[in-house]
Amino acid sequence: MYNEIVMAGFGGQGVLLIGKLLAYAGMKSGLEVTWMPSYGPEMRGGTCNCTVVLSDRQIGSPISQHPHGLIVLNLPSLDKFENSVRKDGVIIVNTSLINRMPHRTDITAVPVPSNEVALEAGSNKAANMVALGAFLGATGLLEMTSIREVLEETFAAKPKLISINHACLSKGYEIGLARKPAQAAQ
Amino acid sequence: MAKKLMKGCEAIGEAAIQAGCRLFFGYPITPQNEIPEYMSARLPQVGGTFVQAESEVAAINMLYGAAGAGCRAFTSSSSPGISLMMEGISYIAGAELPVVLVNIMRGGPGLGGILPSQSDYFQATKGGGHGDYRLLVLAPSTVQEAADLMIDAFDMADQYRNPVMILGDGLIGQMMEPVEFKRGIKPEDLPHKSWATTGAKGRKPNIINSLHLNPEELERHNWDLYKKYQQMQKEVRHDTYNTGENVDVLIVAYGTVARIARTAIDSLTPKGHKVGLFRPITLYPFPSEALIAAAQKAKKVLVAELSTGQMVEDVRSHIAHLRPVDFYGRAGGMVMGAEELADRVEKLIAG
Repeated sequence: MYNEIVMAGFGGQGVLLIGKLLAYAGMKSGLEVTWMPSYGPEMRGGTCNCTVVLSDRQIGSPISQHPHGLIVLNLPSLDKFENSVRKDGVIIVNTSLINRMPHRTDITAVPVPSNEVALEAGSNKAANMVALGAFLGATGLLEMTSIREVLEETFAAKPKLISINHACLSKGYEIGLARKPAQAAQ
Repeated sequence: MAKKLMKGCEAIGEAAIQAGCRLFFGYPITPQNEIPEYMSARLPQVGGTFVQAESEVAAINMLYGAAGAGCRAFTSSSSPGISLMMEGISYIAGAELPVVLVNIMRGGPGLGGILPSQSDYFQATKGGGHGDYRLLVLAPSTVQEAADLMIDAFDMADQYRNPVMILGDGLIGQMMEPVEFKRGIKPEDLPHKSWATTGAKGRKPNIINSLHLNPEELERHNWDLYKKYQQMQKEVRHDTYNTGENVDVLIVAYGTVARIARTAIDSLTPKGHKVGLFRPITLYPFPSEALIAAAQKAKKVLVAELSTGQMVEDVRSHIAHLRPVDFYGRAGGMVMGAEELADRVEKLIAG
């Protein structure tokens, strides 16, 4: 098992956080993991991204030229990373803020209205969790229980937010699962 | 302690605590700010002291003082900040004090940029400050190794009474990986330093100084230091990957680039290419004997660095007479991708 995932969006949308949850859950599942943020000079409201690598053996490069998975929460991120995704990869597209789907036909694109779904569940701020849930649904990369466990640890100081985030993960997961490509069954 | 997911910078900070270090002096600079941030929160919890100095020059001189008083102490900075510290580092080397320095390199020269680079290899391994001195230079490639080497660095500094530098880059500092702390040292269990200036009650005063106006005395001092650097040669460390048999190309890389090389090698192996990696862990002393042995099992050697070519000079000085040595570098904060490096290796194999 070897998987490179890039998550990207505006600063403040929580892409670094879902990357950390993914890496942390991977570690708890017994995998080797790396999490690498973009730390270039960014302005407020600018784009930010991080790369997570999950592997069952020692990880070399923590950065990816051609990720297997991409989660994009805004349009500039889709524009920037669409062409880098590997053939047969998965792209989670936040259709709440992105008005187009990927041009690529050799990947699986999963449209997810993350902000609307999150708002319905109680907080627009948890749109990142909807996208993460959709990614896990579409790829089956990690067990949902491992993500739920680390979510509870991460939000231990803010227990009020746990149930909303659980709900957003679940709704996203269902959307992703419905679009799960056959070859990504593992 | 169970495995934790930590940034390289945070792991370096925690490793210092585990090494019994209770003093930090520093001045902020990207991409290593998580080190002082971590120390500012963590040191007060263990009865230590964090000082944000007014400048790097102040920080290195505070470190000089703390080390002279016999305390385990360290500073961290990034390339331009390390340059500012060079005078103090030379004085500390001259006065033979044990300190640990962390350089999380960024692109240069000058203010340069804030992204990962390996362009301070010369500065770290060949002096940097003035005078005939050497640092022990350790180059971690993973967060776990950064933590382990940080703890070892304090022991080596004490053993040789010499500054030890951890040479990482922005990627090692910013990346998160699982890390485990296996070895914890209590400050009170550290060996007594009889040379330290701890108050001369009941004994002759200890003097810590780097000034020797008598040239005969200074020459003696220089040769004593030289002998010490010769003894440090036994600290050489290196790692290899996929070098069990003869290889078409041996990649020589350290730190971040060594990781990228591993991924490149994994992509080349299924294509039938035999490619190995030689990774110096100590950059000074340089693992020359092991490199020569590895190079003799390779047809060609490729040195890859995040610079326009620095370590390649040391590699060539040891093996240029044995094997052709090619170089591939990215600079200015651009980090080479694994596929890019693999392409370069394939071109080299094709001749």
